[in-house]
Amino acid sequence: MEKNAKAIAATQSQASTNADIMGVAGAALIGLALLFAAGFAQASVLHDTAHDMRHAMSFPCH
Amino acid sequence: MLKKIVTSAVFAGVGAGVLAALLQLALVVPLIMEAELFESGARVHFPEGGSPQSDRGAPSVWEEPLRHIYTVGFSAVTFTAYAFLMIAGFLLAERFGHEVTTRRGLFWGLCGGLAVVIAPAISMPPELPGAIGAEVGPRQAWYLSCVVLTLIGLSQIGLGTRARYMMTAPVFLLAPHLIGAPHLDTYFGVAPPELASEFVARVMGVALISWTLLGLFAAYFWTRPEET
Repeated sequence: MEKNAKAIAATQSQASTNADIMGVAGAALIGLALLFAAGFAQASVLHDTAHDMRHAMSFPCH
Repeated sequence: MLKKIVTSAVFAGVGAGVLAALLQLALVVPLIMEAELFESGARVHFPEGGSPQSDRGAPSVWEEPLRHIYTVGFSAVTFTAYAFLMIAGFLLAERFGHEVTTRRGLFWGLCGGLAVVIAPAISMPPELPGAIGAEVGPRQAWYLSCVVLTLIGLSQIGLGTRARYMMTAPVFLLAPHLIGAPHLDTYFGVAPPELASEFVARVMGVALISWTLLGLFAAYFWTRPEET
């Protein structure tokens, strides 16, 4: 009985660890993708429309 | 979990991003537009053989409304990106037993501003349009490395629990500057030095204010009790 409870607790904590890792990875990926598009991509449409923001936020621009 | 991450990041990012853009439109964008007059040659500060002198004054920001709407939009996107990354940091910090509170969010924000704007500016100051710099690729690589190393150093100081972190943190903080940013060996600037220094000071000031707001907002939305 106690063993079962321990196993369940371990599974739950494993599940919450996985959820945490997924959360960190998901948030970091979304953040990096948005940041790349807004701040670093050199495509000229992005560059021109994001131009003033890039200068004002001190991204290396052109 | 994912819903909480997304709503916190979007609320905090759009809020801080729009406020940052308003500050930039008032303080920074006019200097960018003024520098473009020198970039295009409409104004000349260093005429051949003459003394360096030119008129002062920026074009009105009301002349190109669409351009500034883009700036507000991209500022919101950029700060939302930073908010996602900061919340990834919150999750990691909580995982290692550090509590996130709204008030601590101020420090998270200040450290973010230090890492993303102030530290890189030490070796690679923000540039006005028209400034000619080294190749953009190596500069972006140096900039990113500097941000990452500074974040590692700051988190060792702010979140580290072992004494040795106080020894390694300065190494991470100083390394990008000891290695040095890519630079040309010639000055090419066409804008007056006063304009460039005013621009750099305002970029750094506005960035610190905006980042502090971002940290505050992100921690506030992150720690708000979840509605069930």
